[in-house]
Amino acid sequence: MLSRIGGIALRRREASILVAGCLLVIYFQLTTSVFVSYDNIGTLTQYAGATAVLAAGEVMVLICGELDLSIGMVYALSPFLMYFAQEAGVPLALAIILGLIGAAIVGLINGLITTLLKLPSFVTTLGTLFLINGFTLVISGGFPVQPESSVAFANVMGGNAYFLIGWAIVIAVVLQFILSKTRWGLHTIAIGGNLNGSTEAGIKVKTIKIRNFVLCSTLAGFAGMLDAFRIGSIDPLAGGNEIMFMAIASAVIGGTLLTGGVGTIVGALFGAIVLGILKDGFTLTGVSAYTFDMILGGAILLTMTINVHLNQLRERGRV
Amino acid sequence: MADQDNDLVRLEHVAKKFGPVQPLKDINMHVGRGEVLGLLGNNGAGKSTLMKILCGYHPASEGKMIYDGKEVNLRSVTQARQFGIDCVYQDLALVSELNVYHNMFLQREPVHGGFLGILNNKRMKADAAHYLADMGVNIPSVDVEIAKLSGGQRQAIAVARSVYSDARLLLLDEPTAAMGAKEGAMILDVINRLRDKGEVSIVIIAHNYAQIFDVCDRVNLLQEGHITFDKRTADTSVQELTDIVVHEYRAASQQVAS
Repeated sequence: MLSRIGGIALRRREASILVAGCLLVIYFQLTTSVFVSYDNIGTLTQYAGATAVLAAGEVMVLICGELDLSIGMVYALSPFLMYFAQEAGVPLALAIILGLIGAAIVGLINGLITTLLKLPSFVTTLGTLFLINGFTLVISGGFPVQPESSVAFANVMGGNAYFLIGWAIVIAVVLQFILSKTRWGLHTIAIGGNLNGSTEAGIKVKTIKIRNFVLCSTLAGFAGMLDAFRIGSIDPLAGGNEIMFMAIASAVIGGTLLTGGVGTIVGALFGAIVLGILKDGFTLTGVSAYTFDMILGGAILLTMTINVHLNQLRERGRV
Repeated sequence: MADQDNDLVRLEHVAKKFGPVQPLKDINMHVGRGEVLGLLGNNGAGKSTLMKILCGYHPASEGKMIYDGKEVNLRSVTQARQFGIDCVYQDLALVSELNVYHNMFLQREPVHGGFLGILNNKRMKADAAHYLADMGVNIPSVDVEIAKLSGGQRQAIAVARSVYSDARLLLLDEPTAAMGAKEGAMILDVINRLRDKGEVSIVIIAHNYAQIFDVCDRVNLLQEGHITFDKRTADTSVQELTDIVVHEYRAASQQVAS
């Protein structure tokens, strides 16, 4: 029985990251005694929520063999687009949609440049990363603004920590369904696994890649809005490269390979939550942010080493 | 001319030049409907070039190709595939990360509908299992990932997929190369079953003719850009082929020596 559970944990990366998360919760509960409380779990989700939403979209891009570095900047841009639309007299709900369309357009640009002009997505999104950051700074003048909405609406949009994590979970479940149960998902995996084979089979490689870039960017914009309502401020310097790398770290820890073809959204959600648990737990136990970065770095190296070697074992059919 | 009507594909005076190099000089060959043709020859005889012309990868420099009674000018592999001409390269077309039935139906997946296209996994699974069993492809389960299968099993699945996608002319490039005897036997069994059904024409390209001899209806020998030998397998033998090849080899050796 134990060996069977062990086998599942080794085969399914999401299971092993979940076990790691549970162990961390037990450890922090024993050392701080307030870890599992309504308030603290609320704090924890603040660390994990937006990152999980960003990671969900990033996983789709990673699985089809590409990379999006611009998500942290789209995260900052999209709430400003919403804000300016609202300032111009557009109702809030429509302003949110306009903000998301703006984010989607960035994704479309990323996808078109990568597939049609054949730039590596690393380069494409490195370019749009700076471009979007500069654009956000220009339109905002570098100053933060306050989102205008009723308290109830702000709470639903992530102001309440449980709504925030609720959004993250719903988005992860929907995307996991798309990834594992639809043609879109199957073709995404096929493209990342064998680009030539997929092209020969007649899969519309460019369309699928562009679609994933658009999805990823739109979710990045949505994550930015969630945090804007949570914090009550729209900051041109919010997010940026730190949250982008946290999202990629969540995906990687959750079992997504940068080489494409392998990964799950649920794994990335667990990855983001585990990173949130670490950050929150360290804050409670008084460990500094510097130490957190060291541990995050170590965790990425350790999990990826295990991942690579488990894959070799799997290929030999031992697990 | 009645015989020609029975041909699925015919090449007439086909030549191919790459600058000063001319791997194919004057090729005249034909493949009948439902026929299994073994295309034999040494390394460097032009087998791969001929294969690439047949599957639309290279255009011929001279000569014409008649397919299903009409002259065709293949401009791409995709166009060739629309005609039902499909080339199976070992391992290349399958996605290791996906299971057998997703590979079998890649890009032709049955869906439950909806704009997202929800996969009908149940149907794919049942159809793939039924179809592979029918073709004599022996795998533990259609649920396993391609990465976990042997080279022979992958090759068999790639062949099965091409046939399933309504291929009419199947080009198999060294189907048993780099395979053990048992593995190779499975591929040969699959080819035999296809031959018995007679719905698809097959060209097998090989330099190990002894292994594929028995599954072929006819063999062609390609030597220095010409088809130099064309006999039904019933009218020839592995021994006769060996004699020709040994003769060619000796002649070449003497040339080098003198």
